[in-house]
Amino acid sequence: MKPCAFEYFNPQSVQEAIALLDRYGDEAKIIAGGQSLVPMMNFRLARPEILIDITGIKKLEYIKTEGDELVIGALARERDIEQSPLVVEKWPILSKAISFIGHSAIRNRGTIGGSLVHADPSAEIPTSLCALNGNVKVVGPSGEKILQPEEFFMTYLTTSLEPSDLLVEVRIPALPEKTGWSFGELSRRSGDFAIVAVGILLFTETTGVCREARISMGGVAPTPVRAEEAEALLAGQKITEKLIAEAAQQAAEETDTEPDYHASAEYRMEMARVFVKRGLQEACNMLNGGQ
Amino acid sequence: MTDSRRIMVKVNGVDYERLVEPRQLRVDFLRDDLELIGTHFGCEHGICGSCTVLFNGRAVRSCLMFAVQADGADILTVEGLADGKQLHPLQVAFREKHGLQCGFCTPGMLMTAYEFLNENSNPSEEEVRKNMSGVLCRCTGYKQVVDSVMEAAQQMRNK
Repeated sequence: MKPCAFEYFNPQSVQEAIALLDRYGDEAKIIAGGQSLVPMMNFRLARPEILIDITGIKKLEYIKTEGDELVIGALARERDIEQSPLVVEKWPILSKAISFIGHSAIRNRGTIGGSLVHADPSAEIPTSLCALNGNVKVVGPSGEKILQPEEFFMTYLTTSLEPSDLLVEVRIPALPEKTGWSFGELSRRSGDFAIVAVGILLFTETTGVCREARISMGGVAPTPVRAEEAEALLAGQKITEKLIAEAAQQAAEETDTEPDYHASAEYRMEMARVFVKRGLQEACNMLNGGQ
Repeated sequence: MTDSRRIMVKVNGVDYERLVEPRQLRVDFLRDDLELIGTHFGCEHGICGSCTVLFNGRAVRSCLMFAVQADGADILTVEGLADGKQLHPLQVAFREKHGLQCGFCTPGMLMTAYEFLNENSNPSEEEVRKNMSGVLCRCTGYKQVVDSVMEAAQQMRNK
């Protein structure tokens, strides 16, 4: 099919975009990279009457640091983030996570802001944002606000954005020097949506002892979720194979899965256990000098 | 019907000025308005990769963009690969290594490989496999596609 007719605007500034959102409200949809929205429009699952193309707002394409935080404009392309020397060196988990998104032609267009506001619970950028304790800056008619992932992701494909809000920036805190990490996912074919995606960060000060663990899981709940009880099992402990197996089992029990076309709830839960276990082993090996 | 917009776009080095309806997809603009039917339209939702073209130097799905977004852009389609009657080394390699059967996916394969080899002139077979997985071929089983891209990479390095 072809998309329904719509009226097209291409504002050149954030203020102009918000004024348009304020005027048209729910009738309007923002388009950035369009890699999730246009398929939905082609199938007429989305029928916006007004399309506001924000790709003309070039000043939202940055990837930079402020202090020791990583700061990324909403319109930075996924491929640019994946290949950014800054990201590869200091936030490698983000680069790795993005490498799982679709294929290179999709990542050439898709943006970090677009992936976040689409809020697919199995998507890689939302899952890694939760692991990284990142937050998003949102601008609306009444001003700016900063939202943590748990305040931003509400449920399947739903965020807490108001109709006139625009996500403009993503901020990610620095990672400690001694960080082990991994990002892995299960999909039917290369480039497909993840059935389960898992991002892991392990911080240490003393060799072999985990100071803090973060386990973020995508595809196993209505939003990406942190396995907080599993993380608590690991914090302050010497990491052993036995502990990793226990934490993985605990993480699987913290999922909130529903069966769908791609996988049963039991399968997702079991794959969450497998991918958390593998991810913890990989992150641990990295800390122990494996990489 | 919404108001049409005037766009200026360069395709394969030729400047065009056209009126487009906002809902018109880029791929339909190329095929129907500019009559450049080398770009094929397959799945209509970004999965199959047949409609891949270069947009300001980067491979993109032309079914996931609107023509109106191409205002001011520089686009390269499969028609722009050859230099007159001289085929591009990728096209030669796909012919010699049997990188196609029915040919439906071939424009997408060629444009995807074109961007890939621009970025990585000496790829491993595994890297080629990973990159070409973004275009679906239901004839060749990919063996010949991978051989073709590897062969083209070698020919282009030897130039």
